[in-house]
Amino acid sequence: MGINQNQFIAQFPILKQQINKYPLVYFDNAATTQKPQMVIDRISNYYTNFNSNIHRGVHHLSQKATDAYEKARISVKDFIHATSSKEIIFTKGTTDSINLLAFSFGETFLKEGDEIIVSELEHHSNIVPWQMLCERKKAKLRVIPVNDEGDLLLNEYSKLLNERTRLVAVGHVSNALGTLNPVKKIIDLAHKNKSLVLIDGAQAIAHISVNVQDLDCDFYAFSSHKMYGPMGIGVLFGKKNLLEQLQPYQGGGEMIASVSFEKTTYNELPFKFEAGTPNVADVLGLEAAIEFIQKEGIENLAVLEEEVLNYATSEFQKIDRIQIIGKAKNKVGVLSFLIDGIHPYDVGTILDQMGIAVRTGNHCAEPIMKRMGIRGTIRASFSAYNTKEEIDRFVQAIHKTIEMFG
Amino acid sequence: MTIQEKEEELIEEFAVFEDWMDKYNYLIELGQSLPIIDDKFRNDSYLISGCQSRVWISAEMEDGKMILKADSDAVITKGIVYLLVNVLSGQKPEDILNCELAFLNQIGLQEHLSPTRANGLTSMIKQIRLYALAFQAKGN
Repeated sequence: MGINQNQFIAQFPILKQQINKYPLVYFDNAATTQKPQMVIDRISNYYTNFNSNIHRGVHHLSQKATDAYEKARISVKDFIHATSSKEIIFTKGTTDSINLLAFSFGETFLKEGDEIIVSELEHHSNIVPWQMLCERKKAKLRVIPVNDEGDLLLNEYSKLLNERTRLVAVGHVSNALGTLNPVKKIIDLAHKNKSLVLIDGAQAIAHISVNVQDLDCDFYAFSSHKMYGPMGIGVLFGKKNLLEQLQPYQGGGEMIASVSFEKTTYNELPFKFEAGTPNVADVLGLEAAIEFIQKEGIENLAVLEEEVLNYATSEFQKIDRIQIIGKAKNKVGVLSFLIDGIHPYDVGTILDQMGIAVRTGNHCAEPIMKRMGIRGTIRASFSAYNTKEEIDRFVQAIHKTIEMFG
Repeated sequence: MTIQEKEEELIEEFAVFEDWMDKYNYLIELGQSLPIIDDKFRNDSYLISGCQSRVWISAEMEDGKMILKADSDAVITKGIVYLLVNVLSGQKPEDILNCELAFLNQIGLQEHLSPTRANGLTSMIKQIRLYALAFQAKGN
């Protein structure tokens, strides 16, 4: 069953505006998606009616806020099909989730000479924390290469796995090229090698139904703000038996059981990893975003997104001077391209004047840009509120841009 | 001409543009027609960091005045940096340090001044002022 796209779009107040007298066309969804009214309302409702510090408060508001916060954790658990809400750790976002894991995993499991595998497609957030960890522990970072289309080379990956491989950290979907990675296969191969796996789901979570039990990934990280939820909140899923073994990341309130100057004992999961006053409002916003996605049906959203991506891709292929960067077999939501002879920054500037929001540059993924032999691209990334009419306007704007630069 | 006179000249020039397209067409024309900076300056020591497009700015002193040359691999950026160079080149370091560069707002390019803006007009101005400061220190 499909959804009515006009009704879907109408739920996003921000999309009604004009930029420079043109109706806004928002194609920067891989950076952050817009927020539907129900998410905005949920946050506002929290601050209006029951803002309070949670967990140890004895009073009515604190209990109400605590209940809401813990109920949201259950919503997240159900959304990604985790087995227990103890496996859901709230963080500031994907980057924070990966940094948490890199620290705690590193302190617990990594020894000198051990290896961690990432891929050439990764966002800097799934490279740098591992690089820092490897430096600290004198471990080695290995990299899965890609082919010219932007698909990971699984044969090369198999060769990288060895008895020193402790962890494989790969993205579910590439933010720069849109490649949908065969994560299930990657996880199976890692597990056969007794290595653990983190999936960076930042670019997948709004587009693909994620089932962490079915994937059997050990850790999964994502951000709320890329799935119609608020900024400043994210999730690290981890298998309970693994999280229990990991050392805490940050010390402070919430994460302790008891403190004395002789010895501090840590709280149980998931609180062990949530030091400090949590971001309750945005956790509730994330819960509203989950309800929003479930109400619309993630498969329905995926159908609209795929239609727009396919239409944009075929229209762009008709334009002479366009070179599409990233032609992976399976792609999600991203059209990265170059116009021959025109700098991406120039293209982005002119599109912006026409009310079209794209991103230009290396997309925080310098290694894959280097691999493709380029310095950056123009990236249009789609959401279910983007339409074919917007793609038509986009194509016209590209023609206009080419005309302006000659 | 003083910096302020040059700024006023540019403000007048931009006043005739009726819409954004005229303005950007002009910047593109500027960027495309300008000479390419001498190869000896097109290296990392003259590269302005913090720009999505690459920008090179060189500065030399001639008879107490700073001579600026600039280039960019993006055409609009080159047009914009040209405006800057046009206003500031041939001026004394102390005048460059003291000027306000209000013209950028008045010709509607303030959006390029935001620190988040990837073309880094802010970084370019900062670099030119650093050159001026260095020359001034040397002069004294």
